[in-house]
Amino acid sequence: MTLAAATELATATLATATNENLANLSNMLIYSAMAVYTLAFFAYIVEWLFGSRSKVARTAAALTAGPGQAKAKAKAKGPAVTVKSAGGTTVLERPEVVVRSSAGARDVPDGPGAHGGDEQGDLYGRIAVSLGVLAFLVQLGGVIARAASVQRAPWGNMYEFNITFSTVVVGVYLLLLALKKNVRWLGLFLTTTVLLDLGLAVTVLYTESAQLVPALQSYWLIIHVSTAIFCGAVFYVGAVGTLLYLFKDSYESKLAGGGKPGRFATSVLERLPASASLDKFAYRVNAAVFPLWTFTIIAGAIWAESAWGRYWGWDPKETWSFITWVAYACYLHARSTAGWKGRKAAYIALIAFGCWLFNYYGVNIFVSGKHSYSGV
Amino acid sequence: MSKTPTGSTTADGTPAPVPPGEEELGAAGTQLSTAPAETAVPGSFGGNRAPGLAGGLAWTGREILGWARWFWRQLTSMRVALLLLFLLSLGAVPGSLIPQDGTDAMKVEDFKEAHRTLGPIYDKLGLFHVYSSVWFSAIYILLFISLIGCIVPRTWQFVGQLRGRPPGAPRRLTRLPAYATWRTAASPEEVREAALKVLGQRRFRTDLTGDAVAAEKGYLREAGNLVFHLALIVMLVAFAWGQLYKTEGNKLIVEGDGFANTLVQYDDFKSGNLFNDDDLVPFSFNLKQFTGTYERTGPQRGTPRVFKADVTYSVGAHGKEQKATISPNHPLQVDDARVYLVSHGYAPTVTVRDGKGDVVYRQAVPLLPVDGNVTSQGAIKVLDGYRNARGETEQLGFSAFFVPTFAGAGKGTMFSQFPALDFPVLALTGFHGDLGVDSGLPQNVYQLDTKSPKLKQFKDDKGDIVAARLLPGETMTLPNGAGSITFEKDIKEWAGFQIVQQPGTGWALAGALAAIAGLAGSLFIQRRRVWVRAVEGADGVTVVEMAGLGRSESAKLPEELGDLAALVHDKAPAQTDADPDREPDAGTSVPAEGAEKK
Ligand code: HEM
Repeated sequence: MTLAAATELATATLATATNENLANLSNMLIYSAMAVYTLAFFAYIVEWLFGSRSKVARTAAALTAGPGQAKAKAKAKGPAVTVKSAGGTTVLERPEVVVRSSAGARDVPDGPGAHGGDEQGDLYGRIAVSLGVLAFLVQLGGVIARAASVQRAPWGNMYEFNITFSTVVVGVYLLLLALKKNVRWLGLFLTTTVLLDLGLAVTVLYTESAQLVPALQSYWLIIHVSTAIFCGAVFYVGAVGTLLYLFKDSYESKLAGGGKPGRFATSVLERLPASASLDKFAYRVNAAVFPLWTFTIIAGAIWAESAWGRYWGWDPKETWSFITWVAYACYLHARSTAGWKGRKAAYIALIAFGCWLFNYYGVNIFVSGKHSYSGV
Repeated sequence: MSKTPTGSTTADGTPAPVPPGEEELGAAGTQLSTAPAETAVPGSFGGNRAPGLAGGLAWTGREILGWARWFWRQLTSMRVALLLLFLLSLGAVPGSLIPQDGTDAMKVEDFKEAHRTLGPIYDKLGLFHVYSSVWFSAIYILLFISLIGCIVPRTWQFVGQLRGRPPGAPRRLTRLPAYATWRTAASPEEVREAALKVLGQRRFRTDLTGDAVAAEKGYLREAGNLVFHLALIVMLVAFAWGQLYKTEGNKLIVEGDGFANTLVQYDDFKSGNLFNDDDLVPFSFNLKQFTGTYERTGPQRGTPRVFKADVTYSVGAHGKEQKATISPNHPLQVDDARVYLVSHGYAPTVTVRDGKGDVVYRQAVPLLPVDGNVTSQGAIKVLDGYRNARGETEQLGFSAFFVPTFAGAGKGTMFSQFPALDFPVLALTGFHGDLGVDSGLPQNVYQLDTKSPKLKQFKDDKGDIVAARLLPGETMTLPNGAGSITFEKDIKEWAGFQIVQQPGTGWALAGALAAIAGLAGSLFIQRRRVWVRAVEGADGVTVVEMAGLGRSESAKLPEELGDLAALVHDKAPAQTDADPDREPDAGTSVPAEGAEKK
């Protein structure tokens, strides 16, 4: 046996001094959040169902309108024209800005969202969002109770990581909604996966409330892991956007090529934003969080330096963080490389997110390394 | 390479199919980024080959130059950079799945043992040391050559742009992604003055040429991008430097013992290729006390809570003695060297006496833990000073098994129940003869070669093996007056330290921080251009047109243009004509056509 490194010090988690009541409270809150998410899930479903009543075919209309017409149909965005009536004369407060889609892109309008313009659908959509807010608060309470019960940041094992992760995913979504971004269409997809994530957490990954081993007691843990979770959540939102972009893009291509997509595809995809908007959304989300991901890796390196005596040692977790980082760099590069924009870049983004997922689940479960503290 | 052919690039600076009417953007649309042009010139210049040797040579020279240039352009193109980035991430994968020499040499041995055919193949491919293998190095070296080849011209190009002026307005502003227009009673000159002022206040670089104001903002984006890529180079160099000069060694120290930082004192030692013995930082330290506390109750009973090593150290040969505490995450730093606490265990003190009762050995013997509860194993070797009952010189060896917390007699297990010293028990069996230490072969200090024919196990009269489970203070008597061994009450602990020296860490960190800053600039700042044109229309009324161009991803452009337009509009308000319903209509763009540059 060689002189075992800090790995050994880090193979398990400490217990007691933990407040059992708080731990139980946390569990209860997590289960309650799951119940509310389930209600939100059904509300979103109802929104989509009502939405399917309205038969909009905006994409098809725009694509078949012919190039001349499409160009003339520039949509007005940005500051609206405010018309103030002063003593009978009309004064324009600010000039109107006309927006054209960039060269080469299809000029397709965004879909109306899951409710498809249907009033009842919209109502259920709003209910779903409200339920989402409630579930988010309950879940957040669960995470905080967990943190209080262990008296540390709640990211010591995969169970805690999972519940925090989905809280942040929903938080990011709600934040985007609060910023008046057009993202409500993400609701059903996110709620579904949040439920799956929580289900996995409470069944497979559940770990008793416990304290950390000395190797994990560092404020860099808080910085490194919190940013890692946040980045993961945002990357996930980006990946959902990317996936939907791919669907919507092939739908548009099919229409533009004179094909006739299936009824279900039409019904769902017509209500999503235009592929160009989805693409931009995914790019912005990914690009916005990439510097933070870079920082996460660097914070990890600083922690490794103080814990293990080297800032980079190609430990599996480090390696996969690096791979994920390079993959996202690839994606950003691809978007500025001729011949790689659009779908190809989107595939790279999905691969990059796959790397992130593998780094999180795969490496913890299949590969042993210094990071195998997770208690799985 | 600062001029890209007019009209063949989009806002991204890369060629795209040009829709009809798009050509008019002209130079205005170019160079929103300094990405390298995607057109790779063919390598061969062809050309005439003059007869004779001179002609042949000249031709060959031209060809070589041409192809070299072609190769260089390929290498420094975005496409190849992308490919190399791809390869880099792909190449990093096997190292995370196959055991690596650098991280766990034992696992590599096990792997080779288990995979007789695959092992040698992997070995040949360098898969046991991926990150220092030839092919992995080739990928990142090519990538970094490509990076340098990309960065240098881009930097010049960017400097050129900074010194030049914002490109002039395209002929037809209506073609741009964001556009606004109105008619005003103000004169064209007044409008342009107002526009210059508004844009200047908003920190645009402005330029007035002809009838239009050109403005550009967001140069920090490009600067950030260049800083980011440069920082990558700094990080790589710092990392490589660190690897070449790195040293890393381990030392196990029992409480009360010490260590001086010289090569001979290490238990094991690794160093980079360019490391020199003199580079070791001169310092020494003593381990005063190791403290480990463990969780006493709950489901996670037994897991460690606190580890710390109290040491005294001094720098240089005669430095002043200083106190310090080393714990996980809190290494001791002495100049470039850092001392990490990486492991711990127990070192029971034993006393060996010969048949006459004279003490021949007394020492705290470090034993190696085999499980989380610090069940420990090791060997006690009495190499000289011992004579057996017949007065012959012999060596003694004991294989030792130690538990800090014994389960209790009759519980059927000799595995520790808890990591702290609650109920320590030492189990021993003894050997005598020749330990084989003098044979010249390297020996593991923690193991006895019990299979050696020269080593005989102590047995009693009936031929049973002599073994004992001792409590602190108890003694095991060896048969036939061979002496005794005592398990003293003074049980020490030992701590394992890793001493690391890696230069360049500060540079790596600086590079990393610069990279983040550059990246943030590159991704969060938008580079965009705004043009304001004011001309007198056919009816004598001034027509103002404003248009903005950014990269395709920029969402804020129309809003920003709206804000700017409102500001200019304040100074040159829209004319309230006789026809109040008349609105600048996007679809028809009548005024725009009238305002075309003459
Ligand atoms: C070491 C590997 C490299 C990494 C990790 C890397 C990473 C990145 C990242 C993350 C971006 C996105 C920033 C943005 O979109 O503005 C970027 C942009 C860029 N990179 Fe790299 N890069 C690398 C190598 C290279 C090389 C070799 C080249 C030259 C061929 C290059 C040229 C560029 C250019 C021109 C941009 C800006 C593209 C634009 O303005 O849209 N990079 N790089």
